[in-house]
Amino acid sequence: MSESVEFELLLRRALAPIDPPADLADRVETTLANLAGLAADELESWELRSMRDPRNWVRPAAAVVVGGTAGAALVLLRARRRSRRRGRAGSAWDAAERALHDVFGETRRLLDDELRLRR
Amino acid sequence: MTSSPPARPKAELDQEFSQLYRSHLRDVYSYSYYRVGNHHDAEDLTEQTFLQAYRHFERAQRESEGRPLRPWLIRIAHNLAANYYRDRSRRPQTAIDDATVLSAPHDTEAVVEGRDELQRIIEGIHDLPDDRREALIMRFALGMDNREIARALGRSDGATKVLLHRATRQLEQIVREREEAT
Repeated sequence: MSESVEFELLLRRALAPIDPPADLADRVETTLANLAGLAADELESWELRSMRDPRNWVRPAAAVVVGGTAGAALVLLRARRRSRRRGRAGSAWDAAERALHDVFGETRRLLDDELRLRR
Repeated sequence: MTSSPPARPKAELDQEFSQLYRSHLRDVYSYSYYRVGNHHDAEDLTEQTFLQAYRHFERAQRESEGRPLRPWLIRIAHNLAANYYRDRSRRPQTAIDDATVLSAPHDTEAVVEGRDELQRIIEGIHDLPDDRREALIMRFALGMDNREIARALGRSDGATKVLLHRATRQLEQIVREREEAT
């Protein structure tokens, strides 16, 4: 066997395909399945809640600009994962506050991405 | 005057997207993993790739004119990975999670030596210029042919063939030099 063929075989072994974790497959599938309705409803509900606090008045505007169901779903997905990873104990109210904070954080990041792409 | 084609039923599109997703989840994940070097970021990149793909699926289908959509998916992952490095000012981690190469039990010295060689290859891949590394990942991890790689990278078939050849030769040299150094 020539050296280069042998090297290509090694390369094939070194770069073997990687199976995704099972929970990733489930998560993406669920998100995609729920994408349109879920994202729009929840984003709207977060916007209304946040308007009660003047400190948040600028943020819903950012969420609206981001728009689009995939953008909203991405916000949801990341925020939920972040909350899960953090795994902090607390009251339901604290959890809601944290989730809201995560959503706004992600919304701002997405908005920045969008604006950068448009520039 | 040209009129745009009629919109297709959403349920039909969703079903086709779901099929695309199931067929290529492993490809996108493998590509992401070899680009970023760890499972955590590879998961994020994979998720974002499919969400982006979902947004633009109908147009991609229309423009692909029946050609496979894998190169388009990988191109999305490629662009997202580029943003990932630009945003966070970081490069791929040189030490890919050891799980890939080192997961098999090592009973004999020969197996251990073989594993060292694979490890050197993995490390060498990260010393390659971006386009060469990409081309090798697409070829060897995903089994893409020249034409698919050309579409994913936005190059001609001829330029892709040359790119792959040079990438393999350069990597071979890097690995040889590492071997000699140890």
